[in-house]
Amino acid sequence: MTATVAHQDVHASLSGVTRIYPAAAGTQAVHALGPVDLDLKRGEFFAVVGPSGCGKSTLLEVLAGLQQPTAGTVTFEGRSVTGEVPDGIGVVFQEDASFPWLTVWDNAAFGLRRNGVAAAEIRRRVDDALAFMGLTEFARAYPAQLSGGMRQRVCISRTLVLQPRLILLDEPFGALDAQTRLLMGDEVLRLWRRTGATILLITHALDEAAMLSDRIGAMSARPGRFLDIVVTGWPRERDSTIVSEAAFGEITGRLWDNLRGESMKSLGYSGMAAE
Amino acid sequence: MSRVGWIRIVVLVIAIGLLELCCRLGLIDHRVVIPPSQMADALVRLLISGQANDQIVRTFGIVVVAALISVVAGFALGVVIHALPRVRQALDPFFATYYAVPIFIFYPVMIVIFGLSVIPIVLMGVATAIVAMIIATLNGLDRVPRVLSKVARVHRMGTIATALLLKLPAAAPHLFTGGKLAVSYAFIGVIASEFILAPAGLGRVISDAYTDFNNRQMYALMLLLIIVATVVNMLLHVVDQRWAERRGIAKP
Repeated sequence: MTATVAHQDVHASLSGVTRIYPAAAGTQAVHALGPVDLDLKRGEFFAVVGPSGCGKSTLLEVLAGLQQPTAGTVTFEGRSVTGEVPDGIGVVFQEDASFPWLTVWDNAAFGLRRNGVAAAEIRRRVDDALAFMGLTEFARAYPAQLSGGMRQRVCISRTLVLQPRLILLDEPFGALDAQTRLLMGDEVLRLWRRTGATILLITHALDEAAMLSDRIGAMSARPGRFLDIVVTGWPRERDSTIVSEAAFGEITGRLWDNLRGESMKSLGYSGMAAE
Repeated sequence: MSRVGWIRIVVLVIAIGLLELCCRLGLIDHRVVIPPSQMADALVRLLISGQANDQIVRTFGIVVVAALISVVAGFALGVVIHALPRVRQALDPFFATYYAVPIFIFYPVMIVIFGLSVIPIVLMGVATAIVAMIIATLNGLDRVPRVLSKVARVHRMGTIATALLLKLPAAAPHLFTGGKLAVSYAFIGVIASEFILAPAGLGRVISDAYTDFNNRQMYALMLLLIIVATVVNMLLHVVDQRWAERRGIAKP
């Protein structure tokens, strides 16, 4: 199964990408991913779901340029991605990546200062991003004074101010409770609509993928390959209320049909999967 | 001040008061311990007379030098050892047992090599303090979240920028704890060395006063050392505490 689109719409793509982690002392080589083909359309919201350890995060890191593929090619805006994160790509990680020694405001300004952006422009962009993420009144707070969800919003703000054209989200709400995740999903949808960026979301939560995405790639157990590409057909103006629509249940049902056996495989329940 | 702070002060005042009372009532022989009020009086007079100023400057100067060398060199060695996992594996057992070895047994060797001067005392201060800093640096660098390295790559930061702007601040609480320990250990190393054998310094003066049954001078200088060591540690503790609170790291 490949997830390709018409060439002129392609924003980023993986072509025949495979990632094998070489054998280290006492361990065997691990074939983590692929071969995988994926074309991300400019401005779309694409989610990747799959069982634990299927190579979802590896796929994201290869696309970001954080890892080199063992085989295949990766392109972003027509240019090959090799060994460095290209300008225009922003990444939000599952782990809390806020800087505890900086205030919320300074966290958000970090990348802009690194890039030598003028102070007035930094102020404008940071204030704007914090307002958008509902963090204005916490601008002088330190991450330790915030909840997990708010810290993740700080990390999103830090990415947002750099105005990325492709945003990669690696299970950013994985550590949050279900209600907070739904609300954070709404925020990401607002961010997506406002920035017009392409978003690739890695998640293990089928409901999250079904609620947020235009297309969802369901991956097999390791080595991860796309088993199915589900087109949700949601309108661009949407929010978490769509979870009560009948189509939402159909989408999550289809995803689960694809993934149930794979998840069991990844957990070692091969006998049950066959039943 | 917090309730705990007040309790701490009350306990201290009661302890000093009890000691004062026991000395005044003759429950403790004045040839053994003089009342705390007399210790304070003797210290004030000693400081006003300027008699011990040279020794005070000398000893605290050596402590500062030993602590600085320990912090800087300990941090540098910690960074290098952290970058070389095999070297670290080889050295780990030494670090684990370092403070179980009475390192003062090496003091005579240092005197033989460097003579009866400041150098062996500085070296003893450094030898006592540096490993605490190395261990704190290793701990700090171990605890830098891996995700920060990925963030650095996303921001296209080089090795030096990553180390200075992300890893160093992330490890800073542990480094500060190491620095705090290094200062305390440097105090111990320097004073103890001077006490054992030195041409001058507070340790030497305390030792002489002890030999001469000069209780007023001995206790005055002991009080001075206790006050200075406590104040320095309290100041560092307050900074550490404020830093920890800001970062959400609970420290008792």
